[in-house]
Amino acid sequence: MGRDRIRAVFRDGHTAFMPYVMLGFPDPDTCRTVIEQLVDVGADLFELGVPFSDPLADGPVIQAAAQRALEHGITLADCIALVAELRAQGFATPAVLMSYVNPILAYGLERFVADSAAAGVDGCIVPDLPPEEAGDLEALCRHYGMALIYLVAPNSPPERIALVAARTQGFLYLVSVTGVTGARDVLPPTLPEFVARVRTATDQPLALGFGIQSGEQARAMRDLVDGVIVGSALVERAGRSLEQMTRLAREIHAALHAPEMGR
Amino acid sequence: MPMATTSGSKHSRGRFGPYGGQFVPETLMAPLQELEQAYEAARADADFARALERLLTTYVGRPTPLSYAARLTAYLGGARIYLKREDLAHSGAHKINNTLGQALLAQRMGKRRVIAETGAGQHGVATATACALLGLECVVYMGRVDMERQRPNVARMQLLGAEVRAVHTGSCTLKDAINEAIRDWVTNVHDTYYLLGSALGPHPYPTIVRDFQCVIGRETRAQIIAAEGRLPDVLIACVGGGSNAIGMFHPFLEDPGVRMIGVEAGGESIASGRHAARFADPQRGRVGVLHGTRSFVLQTPDGQIMQTHSISAGLDYPAVGPEHALLRDLGRVEYTYATDEEALAAFHLLARLEGILPALESAHAVAEAIKQAPLLGQGALIVVNLSGRGDKDLETVLQRSAPSQLGR
Repeated sequence: MGRDRIRAVFRDGHTAFMPYVMLGFPDPDTCRTVIEQLVDVGADLFELGVPFSDPLADGPVIQAAAQRALEHGITLADCIALVAELRAQGFATPAVLMSYVNPILAYGLERFVADSAAAGVDGCIVPDLPPEEAGDLEALCRHYGMALIYLVAPNSPPERIALVAARTQGFLYLVSVTGVTGARDVLPPTLPEFVARVRTATDQPLALGFGIQSGEQARAMRDLVDGVIVGSALVERAGRSLEQMTRLAREIHAALHAPEMGR
Repeated sequence: MPMATTSGSKHSRGRFGPYGGQFVPETLMAPLQELEQAYEAARADADFARALERLLTTYVGRPTPLSYAARLTAYLGGARIYLKREDLAHSGAHKINNTLGQALLAQRMGKRRVIAETGAGQHGVATATACALLGLECVVYMGRVDMERQRPNVARMQLLGAEVRAVHTGSCTLKDAINEAIRDWVTNVHDTYYLLGSALGPHPYPTIVRDFQCVIGRETRAQIIAAEGRLPDVLIACVGGGSNAIGMFHPFLEDPGVRMIGVEAGGESIASGRHAARFADPQRGRVGVLHGTRSFVLQTPDGQIMQTHSISAGLDYPAVGPEHALLRDLGRVEYTYATDEEALAAFHLLARLEGILPALESAHAVAEAIKQAPLLGQGALIVVNLSGRGDKDLETVLQRSAPSQLGR
């Protein structure tokens, strides 16, 4: 479990499909169905979003989804409990929680890591906690066998790439654009150069997120990185129609897993 | 409850004891380091200091006066009350001290586009003013609710050439405007300078804003010594994010005889939960992280940021600057609150007795002076930081006041 389960994802030989799900969205029951359907599609790793009132790294789609989830009364405790329940029912896909730092502080840092690990959460991503501020959480994650995954951005200078790469566990999260989350029609042309720059700095698996919204984009990325994270595009569809969400998930999964183009 | 910490603080910068720090997305880490270096270089540069000094003197009208409030003093029958007249600074509030400093910094860094958040609109107006003066493009984010209650300032910003972008998310107030400004900065960081308006946010902002606002306290010190031959007994300032207060207090921190009182927005009442008093409500005001800094934050038990309420848009914010959190822990500054009603009453009293319409933010500080002066007795000296003028608040005041208060 934990870090080891995450590492196993990237030994499979194909580029991992890593969907982001806002827990409690569009409502708590439908959210379970969202997860089930993404499991059926073949998700390799789940990023499970914990709703927060002030998600300053997120674009409009995730903001609105968080707001809806909060209106349903979803708390961090509910999110951890949901993972425990799903694990008890046989949910075996690796999963990390993505939460802003304040709900974690309110829950209690050690309690958060201990309860998450016990529930079967494999790691966590805290977008407003750069390595400089994350010492205590990182130590706790190590102690409990959870991965703390850091992010690296296109404008991160070499010394920051080195710092973040040295300290991330499980994989390194590459933010594809300087900006907030949300689907982009066109990804920056400098992306391959950015990925190459990070690649030379680390042997960690690289997962790319922010902006990916189609099978075509995923296909263009698949030989570049080890995993592709898809958030807003799936969340937006989950709010409208599960059928549409599942169709997009299949399209992206197929683009990443298609055998003739596998590595 | 033991204080939760997330970091080995020896590794992180910009700490005020356990508060402060840089809790931001990775995309902002390099820009914040660039800002820190640029600021350190500017601080060491005599030309930069001279340029700012010249603008503060010839454009802002500094030093602002320290006025003896003779009739208010006589009315209250206690301590002698002085008012530090930041309301007389160009553009109507202390905010210009900071915006000129940071706009010069932006210029020095080669950034052509400046973004800012605003609550009451005073920081937005001051930013738009500085940008017009220095020829910088200016975009101001403002909550929809605040735009409604501070309409004159919206018009002012637009007349000064700024684009005002309405924020429709969350509570549609200052906190949401900061969220949007940060999202803009994350996206346009290569050519954009984020001109933060209070002593909050990630390092180095709390330090930069404090340093630019310390001119208030430095002037006050010289002026009160000239007027009374001694230091004051009590300094009083309102605390939203806390920039006017930290600017007034900081130059007096080493003077043990000077008491300092920060006044938060008590809103309708503390018990109602409809307020913005981070220190006065231990149930809701707990240590947390908002907008890149660790401090006291009004939040739910689950760590969601609470919606706040104050009659004054400029104090309507759920977190407080990190240095105030430290000063509170140290006991160096006392923090209290004034309710909407108390602030409104203080507004009217100052108008009638001194011929000054204070900003509703500053009226919170006046309200505390009204409580303190009789207690302190006639030998004592109080300085109130009158951080801004109240023209922007006329609509609110007219709506909220009783006919008798309006002289009808």
